[in-house]
Amino acid sequence: MALPSYTETRYRIWHYIYIAICTFVFFFLIAPLFVIFPLSFNAEEFLVFSEGMKNLDPDAFSLRWYKDMIYGTKNPWGLAAKNSFIIAIFATIGSIILGTLAALGLSSRHMPYKGLIMATLISPMIVPLIISGVAIFFFMAKAGLAATHTGIVLAHIILGTPFVVITVTATLSGFDHSVTRAAASLGSNPVNTFMKITLPLILPGVISGGLFAFVTSFDEVVVVLFLAGLENTTIPIQMWTGLREQLSPTILAVATCLILLSTLILVTAELLRRRSERLRGINR
Amino acid sequence: MSSETKQILTTDGIPLEVSLKKAEKKNKIKAFLLVAPLLLFLVITYIFPIGDMFMRSVDDKMITNMLPKTFKAMEKWENLDELPPEEVYRGFYEDYKLLAENQQHGKLGQRLNKEKNGFNTITKKLFRQIKRKKIDESASIKEQINKLHKRWRNVEYWLAIKRTAPPYTMAKYLKGMDMYYAADGSITQVDEDRRIHRILWLRTLEIAFFVTLFSFFMGYPIAHLLATLPMKYSNLLMICVLLPFWTSLLVRTASWMILLQQQGLVNDFFVMIGLVADDNRPEMMYNKVGTYVAMTQILLPFMVLPLYSVMKTISPSLMRAGKSLGGTPFVAFWKVYFPLTIPGIGAGCLLVFILAIGYYITPALVGGASGTLISNQIAFHMKTTLDWSFASAMGLMLLTGVLVIYWIYNKLVGVDNIKLG
Repeated sequence: MALPSYTETRYRIWHYIYIAICTFVFFFLIAPLFVIFPLSFNAEEFLVFSEGMKNLDPDAFSLRWYKDMIYGTKNPWGLAAKNSFIIAIFATIGSIILGTLAALGLSSRHMPYKGLIMATLISPMIVPLIISGVAIFFFMAKAGLAATHTGIVLAHIILGTPFVVITVTATLSGFDHSVTRAAASLGSNPVNTFMKITLPLILPGVISGGLFAFVTSFDEVVVVLFLAGLENTTIPIQMWTGLREQLSPTILAVATCLILLSTLILVTAELLRRRSERLRGINR
Repeated sequence: MSSETKQILTTDGIPLEVSLKKAEKKNKIKAFLLVAPLLLFLVITYIFPIGDMFMRSVDDKMITNMLPKTFKAMEKWENLDELPPEEVYRGFYEDYKLLAENQQHGKLGQRLNKEKNGFNTITKKLFRQIKRKKIDESASIKEQINKLHKRWRNVEYWLAIKRTAPPYTMAKYLKGMDMYYAADGSITQVDEDRRIHRILWLRTLEIAFFVTLFSFFMGYPIAHLLATLPMKYSNLLMICVLLPFWTSLLVRTASWMILLQQQGLVNDFFVMIGLVADDNRPEMMYNKVGTYVAMTQILLPFMVLPLYSVMKTISPSLMRAGKSLGGTPFVAFWKVYFPLTIPGIGAGCLLVFILAIGYYITPALVGGASGTLISNQIAFHMKTTLDWSFASAMGLMLLTGVLVIYWIYNKLVGVDNIKLG
């Protein structure tokens, strides 16, 4: 962002103000995540940086909150983590299957009432979560699925499919349909064509949609608060309860693990995006 | 030339037009079948339940079913300034007796008490008389009931019963706007000091509006920087936007709770630069400051990403052209660049506003007493008071607001512009 040498002074000043603002905003976005790391290694119970920590005294740091997270006697994190992963994985699979099929149908130029159906399919993304929560709760209560894993998985499929529909539809918009016709003309049946030709080509879109669905489910708290019983507690529910009652360093240990997980997801999503851009020939 | 053109036939001898139509229909069905599973799933588990919410919010059939004879008799009650005729009293007596036998009279008393205070006492009185079999069914019921309590002689109470006759009511929606049906059936506002819901609506709108505004003013410059920097730098900076985006909402809220507490780093920093005294650290959490700061940071990526994807498509030569034609950088920006980014601004603001208006986790944790928004109120009625019909009514009012915004946005910009990442 070097300025040309002929720039007038006042624009130079503006430029530096602009850079300063951007720096501040980037700092504002990313810095809060980094407070959690050091505090989760705090040897003390308080959530402030102790004198020892400020002087980098090794005794001021410890793993005791991580031990507490894993081995703590009354700690619900083990069950919560297990539930969270089970629910998120099944919800992701469900969202991917339903969402990809729907996106294939929506991308066909023969699809009737496209606008209306698209609006219906992505409505769970537009409707505020609390309303979705109430509506889904009414359904699950009637169907006898409240406080069951099945109920929560179904609820998260509802919330997750719009992301899959959007990303896969976007991938399909650059899809060359003549390759499927070529496959068909060579005698392949539709299922075979889909598995061998279409799916590998749209896979980046499917996976990144799946990542959205996974994160949506894994991080979802509003709807689960309505649906979950004691047996179906998830990580977000435990965090919500913990943050409301007392902010303990164990929560920060969990939070650190979650940040690491999101870093992993971010890297995967980025690699996928680049791959799909390369496949579509958008090389920059 | 004859008037009829020769029809083109396919090899099977079917007219081409018919054959094409058939193929078209087949393709339509095929496409629809692919969408059908998800559509069906959503309609059953999601769209119908939202309809169910509406039915619950207006439903008032309970009392209609409890007092069938009363309401039938009330059709003949013409002079509403006077007490109803004997038939109404008799109908009410018979209905009530049946309810008392089935142990349902308590529900009726409570429901009527909601309509008009004081019903609980007088229905209980009637219940005791019926239980002791003190009501003589061959004599005038009207006189006997009127003797029980002076309120039975007050026509207002009978009018209150009459008002509950329709099986549907808008009362829950009125309650959501701090209004109610007065004795004469007109819509009245509650007393000034009891208008809690209106405060909540305004606060929700205010927070959603300002969070959108802050996100816009913070998101626009960085989206511009990301879009104009060379790829290798912008990819690195993009992490600053994407990492928070993928990180759990509760984790980010937790980090703000740590930062903003009185002994937190933000206050430490203010003390260090001498902005505030050490013994006079300002409270930054459990008030609106905390809500604004945390929500802006959490929703900012939703502003930056659509802006970025729009700005990425704007060719830098346009700005150069503007400048070479004599515009100052400001004029070139304002007249050339800014109008081109409007779809991105629309998408970003819509996303942030809609997300903010339905938010409640963050405000509930860092907002303190002033962090109660409409969503919290809905959750409260769902989980604590169990007034599900009221929660449904409030939810649908919120939903209507969101849909109106969505509709306006669709008219102005088009929903197709929403992009993720």
